[in-house]
Amino acid sequence: MSIHLDIEKRLGEFHLQVQYEGDRKVTGILGASGCGKSMTLKAIAGIETPDRGLIDLDGQVLFDSAKRINLKTQMRRVGYLFQNYALFPTMTVEKNIAAGLRCSKEEKKKKVGEMLERFGLENLEDRLPGNLSGGQQQRVALARILVTEPRALLLDEPFSALDGSLKERLRMEMSHLLREYDGFSVLVTHDRDEAYQLCDRLLLMDNGKVIGAGSTREIFESPGNVQAARLTGCKNISRIQRLGPNRVKALDWQELEVVTEETVGEDITHIGIRAHDFYPLSEGEYSEERKRGNSTVIPVLDPIITELPFEWYITLKQGIWWKCSKEIHQHSPENSIPYGLGIKPESVMLLRSNES
Amino acid sequence: MGDLAEILAGLDWSPLWISVKTGIVATVISFFLGIFTAQRVMKASPVKKAVIDGFLTLPMVLPPTVAGFFLLLIFSKRRPFGMFLFERFDIKVVQSWLGCIIAATVIAFPLMYRNARAAFEQVDVNLIYAGRTLGMSDLQIFLQVVIPAAGPGIVSGTILTFARALGEYGATSMLAGNIPKKTATISQRIAMVIQDGDYVTAGIWTAIVILIAFVIIFLMNLISGKNMKHIKRW
Repeated sequence: MSIHLDIEKRLGEFHLQVQYEGDRKVTGILGASGCGKSMTLKAIAGIETPDRGLIDLDGQVLFDSAKRINLKTQMRRVGYLFQNYALFPTMTVEKNIAAGLRCSKEEKKKKVGEMLERFGLENLEDRLPGNLSGGQQQRVALARILVTEPRALLLDEPFSALDGSLKERLRMEMSHLLREYDGFSVLVTHDRDEAYQLCDRLLLMDNGKVIGAGSTREIFESPGNVQAARLTGCKNISRIQRLGPNRVKALDWQELEVVTEETVGEDITHIGIRAHDFYPLSEGEYSEERKRGNSTVIPVLDPIITELPFEWYITLKQGIWWKCSKEIHQHSPENSIPYGLGIKPESVMLLRSNES
Repeated sequence: MGDLAEILAGLDWSPLWISVKTGIVATVISFFLGIFTAQRVMKASPVKKAVIDGFLTLPMVLPPTVAGFFLLLIFSKRRPFGMFLFERFDIKVVQSWLGCIIAATVIAFPLMYRNARAAFEQVDVNLIYAGRTLGMSDLQIFLQVVIPAAGPGIVSGTILTFARALGEYGATSMLAGNIPKKTATISQRIAMVIQDGDYVTAGIWTAIVILIAFVIIFLMNLISGKNMKHIKRW
């Protein structure tokens, strides 16, 4: 299982440039809307044609501009799940699933029957897609893809058309499906939770360029640059001035002095701290840690507090976001607001600027 | 009342058959040609599209007599192409039923073509991509996905085409003439009897045309309604 991508495409002002080599089961492409992630997926499927480059799936060349190879979509044998599922509106569920099959009638019936059972669609085979719920539509679309036994699965924002609890349930189902599926999958999403939950490896994109690639956990632990940190959901990012090998001044947080674990190199321009990575300090703990000086402490000044079912969102005067968990029946924040906050040196992410 | 029965009994029914036959043949030709042209034009580059579309739509917006004039230029036996057709294949267009068909087709074709194109352009392009990723051939996708999805537009195009072809007058009278039992369509017959001051016969034919047109549109709406279950009422 491997994919090799090296493509380039210009569309007016937009310039897509993607290089990627992956060998794990599920690769995620994470990026904001309009960053070129869907275009990359469409290029793999042969729906979009890059201006130049190479696409290689499991050793088979799908596209090679140098050798003038551009395999037709039909020949690439990749399954593509569209954002709106693209079910054929005039065909019943059964006919939709059978649409891509080329075999005898009996065999079609057997294969479609297996899919109906696998996806729990047994009583819906005569329905038209317009009369199905969003979740059922997604299952039909997946059944229709998997029945053709594709070599790779391409998923384009598969949950964006669904709401709340259904989305969570289908994400669980998808997670199982991707584990069971023995082929290569690429999932395009703008949702970091989705990416983290479903993907082994990630490709981060911004404005047509790759800004990070690696195993999902590594990318979330040390995104490496400012844009990648933002994409993975880091709320606190500040420009810095270097004070020593493990000490910086955070220019956007009222010149707060921050202690880092990693050595701050010359190329580091920013630091990032995730909103969950602060720990509360009482007045005594605060002055003690401050005296010791081997971690960062922040006094809690003028906190602005908003309540979510299981979390407080707290912003401090210094411009720092803090998220702390709470119980569902707890509604008064007074007891949760400490005198100060601490940051462990290993929680400070060193970041490079994306502007060069 | 007795007068009407007498007139009906003595009525020459040939214009009815000529009109209906012409309408059906012109609609069938326009149907296939219109769908074919529509999907070709749709894929052309914007400039090409604008030019071709302009030419194909002209017969709809110009006075039918202008179309008749050009058709005569092409098919007249005194002109090269008309001469060629007559001498080589013994095909006579002017003053013949073939002329009726050609005139009606040229005038009614843009309705089919434009409706089909609008319907095709409304089809979600992802449906076509989905078909391709599933391994369906482009012809399969066109016949099984695009045509059914564009169904309502194609049906309404067909209805309008038939209605227009049935009532064609201007170009037909110039190209095919008004030869009784041969090229005399209902609309030409109405014009002729009016000139003779025979308002009763004109009225009868008018009623017949209205009836046919209404029944056909009604039936097609009904049939298409049954095939369009996926379209929600609002």
